[in-house]
Amino acid sequence: MNARQLVSLALRSTAIGYVLVLILLPLLVIGQQSLVGGLGRFSEDIVQPQAAAALVLTLEAALAATAINAVFGTLSAVVLVRYEFPGRWFLNALVDLPFAIPTLVAGLMIAALYGATSPLGAWLQRGGIEVLYNVPGIVLAMVFVTMPFMIRSLQPVLMELERDQEEAAFTLGAGRWVTFWKVTIPSVLPGLLTGLFLTFVRALGEFGAIVIVAGNIPMKTQVAPVYVYGEIESYNPRGATSVSVLILLISFAALVLLERLTRPPGERLPAVISRWRRSRPEPVAVPPVLPALRG
Amino acid sequence: MKIEVRHLSKRFGSVEAVSDVSFGVKEGELLGLLGPSGSGKTTVLRMIAGLETPSGGDIFIDCLRVNDLPVQQRNIGFVFQHYALFKHLTVFQNIAFGLKIKKWKKAEMAPRVSDLLRLMGLDGLGDRYPHQLSGGQRQRVAIARALAPRPSVLLLDEPFGAVDAKVRQELREWLIRLHDNLNVTSLFVTHDQEEAMEVSDRIIVFSKGKLEQDGSPAEVYEEPATEFVARFIGSMNILEAEVRGNLARVGGLEFPVTGFPDGHRVQVGFRPYYVQISEDSMQWPLKAKLRRIYFLGVAYRLEIETEGGLILRSRMNKEEFRERRFEVGRPVSYAITQFRLLPQEGRVAAL
Repeated sequence: MNARQLVSLALRSTAIGYVLVLILLPLLVIGQQSLVGGLGRFSEDIVQPQAAAALVLTLEAALAATAINAVFGTLSAVVLVRYEFPGRWFLNALVDLPFAIPTLVAGLMIAALYGATSPLGAWLQRGGIEVLYNVPGIVLAMVFVTMPFMIRSLQPVLMELERDQEEAAFTLGAGRWVTFWKVTIPSVLPGLLTGLFLTFVRALGEFGAIVIVAGNIPMKTQVAPVYVYGEIESYNPRGATSVSVLILLISFAALVLLERLTRPPGERLPAVISRWRRSRPEPVAVPPVLPALRG
Repeated sequence: MKIEVRHLSKRFGSVEAVSDVSFGVKEGELLGLLGPSGSGKTTVLRMIAGLETPSGGDIFIDCLRVNDLPVQQRNIGFVFQHYALFKHLTVFQNIAFGLKIKKWKKAEMAPRVSDLLRLMGLDGLGDRYPHQLSGGQRQRVAIARALAPRPSVLLLDEPFGAVDAKVRQELREWLIRLHDNLNVTSLFVTHDQEEAMEVSDRIIVFSKGKLEQDGSPAEVYEEPATEFVARFIGSMNILEAEVRGNLARVGGLEFPVTGFPDGHRVQVGFRPYYVQISEDSMQWPLKAKLRRIYFLGVAYRLEIETEGGLILRSRMNKEEFRERRFEVGRPVSYAITQFRLLPQEGRVAAL
């Protein structure tokens, strides 16, 4: 083995080792622990009322947050890429803030803004809308911490999107609305899906902001990560592990699906399925570049 | 007239991209808009399509003023330089896109797309995605997509600009045949004078947003209407001469002219093949030294320096070149068998 091969081997081992030790190993350990009591105990832990309520609430709130960010994130990304206006650079810089600040601080800001002592919170309360210690607060916290995902995944694909694809649609008779749905959205689909899935997965795991905004009211505002924390605090590591593993499985499934969906069209389905779909008869001969034309 | 453009102009901010351009395209014609980049030819095409709004002037398609008609309603087919295929759709779906928008019935759509696939030599590729095709194939899909809804005119923006030289040649010949076959009135933009000559029935030459000449390829080549056209199309020796006693004089050369006062400056132009050269210093009346020989494949270009210090280019076919024995640095004799005075528009730099 010569020096170059050694270096190449060392590089590969490091990369593989890094991923394995940092991600796969902890996953295996927690997976193994959740199954210590067998599958029966695992499902028991999950269907236990408080755990089930926390899981359902987490999924619902994460879906709602994803939907909100899908609409407003897409809109913001389009505006940030396509429109020139004073202060655009500042707005663009602001987008990353939720990534940069501790989520506890994010929770604190939301609590201060929507609390009963703030004008906005008081006004909403008079209208019968309770944000804090309630589901809207959870969704709001999730939307806040995941906001950059949608915008940042869409921006590069929107910039790359050639304007002439949309113009081509116009020349073929398509109006702006049809063009947006049939050309623009499908063209940026990989970025859109990445944004959606990352938002969803990240929202599932949010803890800091939610615990401040929504508290820890079992069966009402307790989300799964907060439940897990509570179980650990009350010396029930198995219950914590089971719920954690379920969240992990959901997130992992979402990410695998995302990887499939963002491949080039025609390669999105596993090979077996696409081969089966393509078993329709297909002409074999490909004609030469210059065919004899009729007439 | 199928398309007519009258006094068309377009300003981008303070830049006048197109100024006062008028021309017409006859039914079934294949017209080339030729000019260097930034000459406004693409802007003219995009204004006809409705992708750009004119700052002034009128556009007529089928005798209908279309200025206020949105691009969707102009019934044009447009082919973009970089294909602009819908990447998420198959070849079949790309071609069917316009038909779907126009609400064609499924039963009529499939045969129409199949016909076009066959016509474009794309049989069997209907299920492919654009990224699985070669550049030439993509461009043909783009043309098929534009033709599918039976547009009244076909507009092509540098249609072969993005493919390599060999495929470009094939596509050109193919476009000519396609046009002979379908007879759709077509306008195409190119910066390649050879391409314009070869493909077009008629050429319109642009420079700096202005129309320089409108004529057949032969007219544009043989009788350039402006100095720009003379310089832009083909290769030409251009000399600035001063008139004295009905002779335009420059560097010891004298060209007979009439109708100019003494002291007037004119531009004398002649194509390289009008410069005859011989290694026999007695064969032609004028003397020069051979500076360089360029091999062009079908011919040779010879560069000579005259006694008066002028550098002239000559062109000689391979057969004739082989019969002679030229040597760089040796004296030669030459003659200029034809010349023309270039049109003046006050553009000639006055001394």
